[in-house]
Amino acid sequence: MIIAIIQPYKLEEVKEELYKADINLITVNEVLGHGRQMGVTEVYRGAKENGNLLRKVRLEIAVNDNFVEPTIKAIVKGAKTGQTGDGKIFILDLKECVRIRTEERGGIAIG
Amino acid sequence: MINAGDTAWVLISSALVMLMTPGLAFFYGGMVRKKNILSILMQCFIILCVLSVQWVLYGYSLSFAPSEGFWGGLKWFGLNGVGMEPYADYAGTIPHQAFMAFQMMFAIITPALILGAFAERMKFSAFIAFIIIWVTFVYDPVCHWVWGSGGWLRRLGALDFAGGTVVHVNAGIAALATALFIGKRKNMKKSVPAPHNMPFVVLGTGLLWFGWFGFNAGSALAANSIAVNAFVVTNTAAAAAGLSWAVIEWMRNGKPTIFGVASGAVAGLVAITPAAGYVSVIPAIIIGLLVSVFCFTAVSIIKPKFGYDDSLDAFGVHCVGGIWGALATGLFASKAVNPAGADGLFFGNPGQFLVQLLVVAVTLIYSLALSVMIYKLVDMIIGVRVNEKDEVIGLDLTQHHERAYTVLE
Repeated sequence: MIIAIIQPYKLEEVKEELYKADINLITVNEVLGHGRQMGVTEVYRGAKENGNLLRKVRLEIAVNDNFVEPTIKAIVKGAKTGQTGDGKIFILDLKECVRIRTEERGGIAIG
Repeated sequence: MINAGDTAWVLISSALVMLMTPGLAFFYGGMVRKKNILSILMQCFIILCVLSVQWVLYGYSLSFAPSEGFWGGLKWFGLNGVGMEPYADYAGTIPHQAFMAFQMMFAIITPALILGAFAERMKFSAFIAFIIIWVTFVYDPVCHWVWGSGGWLRRLGALDFAGGTVVHVNAGIAALATALFIGKRKNMKKSVPAPHNMPFVVLGTGLLWFGWFGFNAGSALAANSIAVNAFVVTNTAAAAAGLSWAVIEWMRNGKPTIFGVASGAVAGLVAITPAAGYVSVIPAIIIGLLVSVFCFTAVSIIKPKFGYDDSLDAFGVHCVGGIWGALATGLFASKAVNPAGADGLFFGNPGQFLVQLLVVAVTLIYSLALSVMIYKLVDMIIGVRVNEKDEVIGLDLTQHHERAYTVLE
């Protein structure tokens, strides 16, 4: 299971890299967050809110073991600018997966 | 002699035209990404604030004080001498200040049209500087030439009922100049960003269409038959153009879109603007049907081909539509509609078409040259474009420390 937080404007490029690597089952969320980049100050009628959260895009990609490295490579290739705020990739173990239509489980359901 | 009906109509029309600037704000605001909508609304509203003051201080004087020179000068600075007595050369039956207020709303919306070209990447400080200088040295003189007492294009017999050249060609070509020099938005390689709120675009179009009755029918400066003619042909041309754009999309892309109908309606309103007081209803339909063909070609074929990033098509709709409208006035104008106007080419007066051509050419050249110079000047002093990081985060947060939409709650 791969979870990646990226810059929203990099989504198109990441998607393209993933397609190239033959990975086309992804879920995308709009999320808020900040890491080292920190947020941006907001001011409403003089009331200041410091360090607010920035918009990010979160990808969830379930892949079989042999696709883990290609997926990571594709995300990095699409999302990297070298600036703070590029995001992070988290790799988790996936306990089980069920395809609802067929009730298949495991690797077949993932792929 | 002041006429109550005329005065009431011009005051109402002024308010209608005022509402077009917020309308434009939503029309443009819906088209940008959601990180930039406040920057569009802000730019429109700050223009409303800055130019309202500029106009009563010296803008009205530069544009409309009588003079045969480059502009009107400062005779009417601070509305000195602009009182409640009618000024017969402009409008003999309404207080002079009513005419001034009506024209003020034109001076406000014209520069607001330009911002569609450099949307999503201009520094707010540079924007204000650009607009003030542009209105002072481009809008005010061109307005004087075409509409002012003693203006040289007016003396040549140019017909521009409500601002096809003064407003739309003028702002539209300035838009192209700024789009070329500021460059493309970042991350445009793959695709053009989709409008973030199409209902806002439609809301804005509705407000523009509504306000345009003041813009065009109000330009009769009296509650009379010319105003009624302008009202009818304005609505007719907008409708024909909205329809025509939808049909073009249906044939080319398989489906008509609301964005297309909205764009077509605005293009139709632009095109009928110079002609509204001089043409009858059949020419209005022709003007409307054809303007969508020209504007569609400009925004869907020419723009991608040349690759300039006129983000919201200020050039493609306003300049192209304005040129067509100004030339169409020279074709279809008829003294049967307005005895104070002139006959066009199709009514046996080819000379009028040449005059219209001249006005368009003068406006294009002058506005293009000055807009480039003003852009360069502001770029040298302040720097026009935001840095890359601010552009990525969005202008709302980086230029104004506000955001339009919360994600949570």
